[in-house]
Amino acid sequence: MADAFLSLSHISKSYAGVQALDDVSLIVKPAEIHCLVGENGSGKSTLIKIIAGVVSPDEGQIVINGKPFPRLAPMDAIREGIQVIYQDFSLFPNLTVAENIALNYELSRNTRIVRWGEVRRLAQAALDKIGVRLPLDAEVESIPVADKQLVAIARALVQNARLIIMDEATTALTEKEIRALFGVIRNVQRDGVAVLFVSHKLNEVLEIADKAMIIRNGKVVVDADAAALDRNKLVYYMTGRRIDEADYDYVPQSKQPLLEVSHLSSPGNFEDISFSLYPGEIVGVTGLLGSGRTELALSLFGVLPAMRGEVRIDGQLVRIRDIQSAIRHGIGYVPEDRLTEGLFLDQSINRNIVIRTIDTLRQAGGLLSPARLEAHAREWINNLSIKTSNPELPVKSLSGGNQQRVVLAKWLASKPRILILNGPTVGVDVGSKTELHEIIKSLAGEGIGILVISDDIPELLHLCNRILLMRRGRLAGMFERAVLDENKLTTLLTESTTIGSAVPSPQVQ
Amino acid sequence: MLKKLFSRQETLVGITLVALCLLIGTINPVFWTPGNWFDLARSATVTGIFAIGVLIVLVSGGIDVSFTAIAVFSMYTTTVIMNQIGFQGGMVAFFALSAAIGALLGLINAFFIARFRLPTLIVTLGTQSLFRGFLLFVIGSKIIRDLPPGMAQYSGAFLFTVTDARGITVGLHSAVLFLVGVAIIAQLLLRHTMLGRSIYALGGSREAAERAGFNLVRTQVFIYAFVGVLAGIAGMIYGGLNRQANAQDIVGQELDVIAATVLGGASIAGGRGSVVGTLLGVLLVTVMSNSLILVGIPSIWQRVVIGAIILIGTAVPAIRALHTARRANVDIEPVPAE
Ligand SMILES: Nc1ncnc2c1ncn2[C@@H]1O[C@H](COP(=O)(O)OP(=O)(O)OP(=O)(O)O)[C@@H](O)[C@H]1O
Ligand SMILES: [Mg+2]
Repeated sequence: MADAFLSLSHISKSYAGVQALDDVSLIVKPAEIHCLVGENGSGKSTLIKIIAGVVSPDEGQIVINGKPFPRLAPMDAIREGIQVIYQDFSLFPNLTVAENIALNYELSRNTRIVRWGEVRRLAQAALDKIGVRLPLDAEVESIPVADKQLVAIARALVQNARLIIMDEATTALTEKEIRALFGVIRNVQRDGVAVLFVSHKLNEVLEIADKAMIIRNGKVVVDADAAALDRNKLVYYMTGRRIDEADYDYVPQSKQPLLEVSHLSSPGNFEDISFSLYPGEIVGVTGLLGSGRTELALSLFGVLPAMRGEVRIDGQLVRIRDIQSAIRHGIGYVPEDRLTEGLFLDQSINRNIVIRTIDTLRQAGGLLSPARLEAHAREWINNLSIKTSNPELPVKSLSGGNQQRVVLAKWLASKPRILILNGPTVGVDVGSKTELHEIIKSLAGEGIGILVISDDIPELLHLCNRILLMRRGRLAGMFERAVLDENKLTTLLTESTTIGSAVPSPQVQ
Repeated sequence: MLKKLFSRQETLVGITLVALCLLIGTINPVFWTPGNWFDLARSATVTGIFAIGVLIVLVSGGIDVSFTAIAVFSMYTTTVIMNQIGFQGGMVAFFALSAAIGALLGLINAFFIARFRLPTLIVTLGTQSLFRGFLLFVIGSKIIRDLPPGMAQYSGAFLFTVTDARGITVGLHSAVLFLVGVAIIAQLLLRHTMLGRSIYALGGSREAAERAGFNLVRTQVFIYAFVGVLAGIAGMIYGGLNRQANAQDIVGQELDVIAATVLGGASIAGGRGSVVGTLLGVLLVTVMSNSLILVGIPSIWQRVVIGAIILIGTAVPAIRALHTARRANVDIEPVPAE
């Protein structure tokens, strides 16, 4: 007991009628990797904010390093050696990568005068620790999500932390960076640093955890050695049920492809991409970071118009010059960086959901009926089981995973004919992931063509009837679901040589 | 590297400024005379000091429209006090007193903004009326032309004078030193101190700044008190140069100053802006309002031209930002208006 670094006892916290945490106790010892798992909205981030001194609990005690803190302030937590990688990154968009990494450290050691050379040196050293190269002078606003997440991680490593808390710190990262991160975690563990790790990727949890605490609806369900747990047990404790997911059963609906892409190129991003998408199909697009998969999606959505090649919709040649023309052709796109780019955080949940469809909800005379908007939003809140006590609250008040669902709701509500989903279930808990998959499958069943960009292998296998593999901007293979299994797809994804066994596009009978 | 330089608002404004000077100077060579330049420096001084204050507030994510009221309040009250005590000393004491009054009024802003977290625009709109009303009804509203000696002599405090070909003597007023000093201090503060960086952090993301442990109350108290000091000094310069204390003056200029600052690259949304950009923005606006007359543009049209330049100058970076945002990472969508 005496050697605990952090000890929380009987912590409770409620928000306007929602009991986010209910009598939670947690002990973290030095050099211990403690995982925290639970469904979206179960209270994980709230617990972390309490440890960081950002949110104060209604009840309960916090003891750090043997010292009780009746009113823990953020600076107290930082001075005691607690570093948090927040789910929303908590970066300064207007400052450079280097300054974002070094600023908090400079602040905590009471620096008065900023030495820019030192700032860069600190930043570079932190980036070297996780083995990534980022442009030190780029403004954080202008870099991709995965890089933002790496900046947030590097920032936590600058300080000589005693406890590093990672609230879903791997959501935007690919396998390679996750490996590097785990390497770093094991390194700091050897120095006696404790890690509190939150993730919805249960394989990660099982791989790294010494101990695991499972919370459901704000209450601790299990706090045990990780060795005693397996995937099924975790899922069961989290959701209170067992989850079985059936693979998507694609029934060809038409001989006419919905979308035909031929020889599409965008120099520097991707080259010579050809494939087609039939109504009712769910086609996966996968590849490592930098394989051009996101750029391909952006080009189909008119953000990065392609330089060469053709796109046909219903057999008609179309030119997608900008987003407006993509939307006119019935294309919807759910972006990768939903948390920071896809929402009006201060606006209500209702408003965020109806924003894309507001035109169609207009009544005669152009007026909007609040009741109608609300009913429409409520339908989607139910469909996607968005967990909220009141849809008039700002989106900001939702848990991270529930914010993601709001973005999905917004786009699904606009009923596109071709839907491009970039990482549709990133940050969503296992139970809800299955629910979202069911929704995606039923949309496809109604004749929508869906492209799913993901590197979540089980997800691709459950959802897709066909999978495209991209590598360094080119199509490296096209596979029927039937010829793949988890191992095969994993190998394909990480393999560096080109594959010859590509299967041609499906023949519709 | 070069590309980056050219994509900056500062560069853009700088180039426009030089081009404008060349154009005006070619049409009317009077533009190049020392007399004209000294006039420009004199006009830019007060606006420039105000603009540096506005810059700091904008960077922190706020907006202040009360600084003109603080300026006129501090200047007028200082004049009244000095007259009443029959102060015979030099101008330094006037600046000190006016700055102190300005700081005090700034602290009133800071109190509402930092303590109660009220929106800065609402608070400063309120205090603007409050300060001005208090000045006019309690302290006085008559124009004071009978100034204390120190203040009366200030308008003749030239750094140096030159006599041109026609035998007219013109001088560069020493007030310009205030602008130089304020600019240097602001530059050092914003760029090289943790306090300055906390202002950028606050403007970039308040939540992230709180989580990092910044003492935001202290930062905001500093910002509004500092702006009060700058307003007090600028107001005193204004009164001294005009050789009168007029309680009706200055208020009404605040939007022009904010526009010049935004033209210089400061973002209304917070987190962005530089001292160099601000100075260039102020110079551009000053050259336009002082010198368009030299090329025969009637004064009623000047406002139109200035308005157009500000519109273009602020639209260009906004459009460019949209483009880069589209290219980088995106939820790019046509947002229906609320
Ligand atoms: N500021 C707030 N106002 C109102 N309710 C809030 C606020 N912050 C959190 N909540 C509620 O508290 C509950 C717990 O949220 P929390 O963010 O801790 O969940 P989480 O476990 O981190 O979920 P996720 O996996 O989705 O990130 C949710 O029901 C959420 O809506
Ligand atoms: Mg969370």
